[in-house]
Amino acid sequence: MSDAAHAHDDHGHHAHPTGIMRWLTTTNHKDIGTMYLWFALIMLFSAGTMALLIRAELFHPGMQLMHPDFFNQLTTMHGLIMIFGAIMPAFTGFANWQVPLMLGAPDMAFPRMNNWSFWLLPVAGIMLLGSFLLPGGAVAGGWTMYPPLFIQGGVSYDLTILAVHIMGLSSIMGSINIITTILNMRAPGLTLMKMPLFCWTWLITAYLLIATMPVLAGAVTMLLTDRNFGTHFFNAAGGGDPVMFQHIFWFFGHPEVYILILPAFGIVSQIIPTFARKPLFGYASMVYATASIAILSFTVWAHHMFTTGMPVASQLFFMFSTMLIAVPTGVKVFNWVATMWKGSLTFETPMLFAIAFVCLFTIGGFSGLVLAMAPVDIQLQDTYYVVAHFHYVLVSGALFSIFAGIYFWLPKWTGHMYNETLGKTHFWLSVIGMNIVFFPMHFLGLAGMPRRIPDYALQFTEFNQIATVGAFIFGFSQLLFLAVVLKTIKGGAKASDRVWEGAEGLEWTVPSPAPYHTFETAPVVK
Amino acid sequence: MTTGKSTTLTKLIVVALGMFGFGFALVPFYYKICEVSGINSGDEQSLVKNTQVDTSRWVTIEFDANTNEGLPWQFTPVQHSLKVHPGQLIQVEYDVANNSDHAIVGQAVPSYGPARAGAFFRKIECFCFTPQKLAAGERRRMPVLFVLDPSMDKDLHTVTLSYTFFNTDTKAQTAALRKTGAHG
Repeated sequence: MSDAAHAHDDHGHHAHPTGIMRWLTTTNHKDIGTMYLWFALIMLFSAGTMALLIRAELFHPGMQLMHPDFFNQLTTMHGLIMIFGAIMPAFTGFANWQVPLMLGAPDMAFPRMNNWSFWLLPVAGIMLLGSFLLPGGAVAGGWTMYPPLFIQGGVSYDLTILAVHIMGLSSIMGSINIITTILNMRAPGLTLMKMPLFCWTWLITAYLLIATMPVLAGAVTMLLTDRNFGTHFFNAAGGGDPVMFQHIFWFFGHPEVYILILPAFGIVSQIIPTFARKPLFGYASMVYATASIAILSFTVWAHHMFTTGMPVASQLFFMFSTMLIAVPTGVKVFNWVATMWKGSLTFETPMLFAIAFVCLFTIGGFSGLVLAMAPVDIQLQDTYYVVAHFHYVLVSGALFSIFAGIYFWLPKWTGHMYNETLGKTHFWLSVIGMNIVFFPMHFLGLAGMPRRIPDYALQFTEFNQIATVGAFIFGFSQLLFLAVVLKTIKGGAKASDRVWEGAEGLEWTVPSPAPYHTFETAPVVK
Repeated sequence: MTTGKSTTLTKLIVVALGMFGFGFALVPFYYKICEVSGINSGDEQSLVKNTQVDTSRWVTIEFDANTNEGLPWQFTPVQHSLKVHPGQLIQVEYDVANNSDHAIVGQAVPSYGPARAGAFFRKIECFCFTPQKLAAGERRRMPVLFVLDPSMDKDLHTVTLSYTFFNTDTKAQTAALRKTGAHG
């Protein structure tokens, strides 16, 4: 008997648990998708608060608000929670909601496992946030978990390693579910090359997750045994090599940055054709570009390590392989622009976020190319230039695509249109705030301000103050986002089934709000 | 449908477990790659490698030690000669003992043979840089750390490094000189 059949029994019209038990025991992909998205939002606000504390401390040179060690805890936890708690669960939430709807499938392939992969996350989230209360505070060794700091730290380091294990397990289970759903549960006639691009990007992302998350699990397991069981994988005192950890970590870590951006490519590739009222330009090339990025991502890991004393030949190899990734990424940006070219464009909030994504992600991509050059990287390593680079790809890249996706599909999920004026206000506050925070960081980095340090030289004061003002604008405007979402859930103009004039695909054929059970009989795609 | 799903599930679990093992396999794998390709032989990388050693020729260095008449010290090189490549980092030691019954401060002055070789001795550490105070009856070993400049003239095959210790107390020095003068 299939798991899907079980799920159906659980949520039959007669036995429907209510209250907290509905959410704890649910195997419905829509419920689970919703929970993923709320979890991601809570984590976004937690880690965002940490970011604001960091920026508040950096408003003036010298120490103002906190002990330097607490500052280090904040930078570490901000990174860990934003990546593993906010961005990744948000994308998995989208996958849960949209993949079955887009494929014409009744649910995910393994609904019970789906329930597990969500409910592991709050456990890990509580461990991470709770570690602030432990003696010695939370981990302060950077989100990259490098030894020797991660071998030497206190009890919160063990707890964080366990949390990373749990989150990794959750991601692997989620990915298995997504791959199996996409490969086995497409509606008749929906061939792989007819799939919406969001499904394609998630399929490839899920493969990346399955290939790299276990490697991260292995790396942190080695940290754990170095800490507690006397092994010396990375402990130089026993003949180990701390740089070895960096090699293993970045074997996971670089594909991970594409895990954080490929689903964003997928979301944007759904939104731009809708509001340009034209089919996506170069669909097949988009699929191949996504796959090329994924494959190339395994060959570039050591560009994070140019200053570890690599021989010139390796530096050249990793430098050129990194630059090669700009080619498929360029294909994608070209295709998005070509989709908009001569389209009947309208600029609703999702489209605004999608266009901002294309522009600002490209800036982040270009600063990435600058960093890819080994001689330049040696100068810029661990400066604010790096911080500016990865926030351009993760905030105006990943996060903006998440906002775009929420505004795009929220009418389908809730049955109500969001308030367009408030949505646009949220967009403009976000896009202006985001640039005020992160653009000055390019200059700070070029001038030599190091990252992850709570104090700085006097000449960096003005740009840091600009960045802090921008951070508070950006941070507090997300409360507006929360308000818009809550308002839309409670009420608003009735959304039509198709919601958007240019919307194409199976998910727009079901009523708005999408009923609890959809596609119990598979639609036929011609 | 169901069999399709469970096949996919099994395959994916195998991949995940395999990749977990692969993470551990990366440790010996990286070591092996570095060993075979010689990319990261740990010792060489951690020591700053002196690339300017001229291995094409050998130079013999002779070590010599003298004391001025005014200084009742015994002063000898521990090793009397060494065969080295120009550019090599060299450390030698000298043995010095104060045979008098009172503390004396002495200063060593180097000289080179032939004199033009002196320009090619690059001293990093030497007891001759500072005055040395020896208590009555004290014995000490003192290092000299130096490099022979690889640009040293090719016709120099044997060079001499010679030290003479002088008493820094100028009165004792002149008194000793007078005494030798009377004898002469």
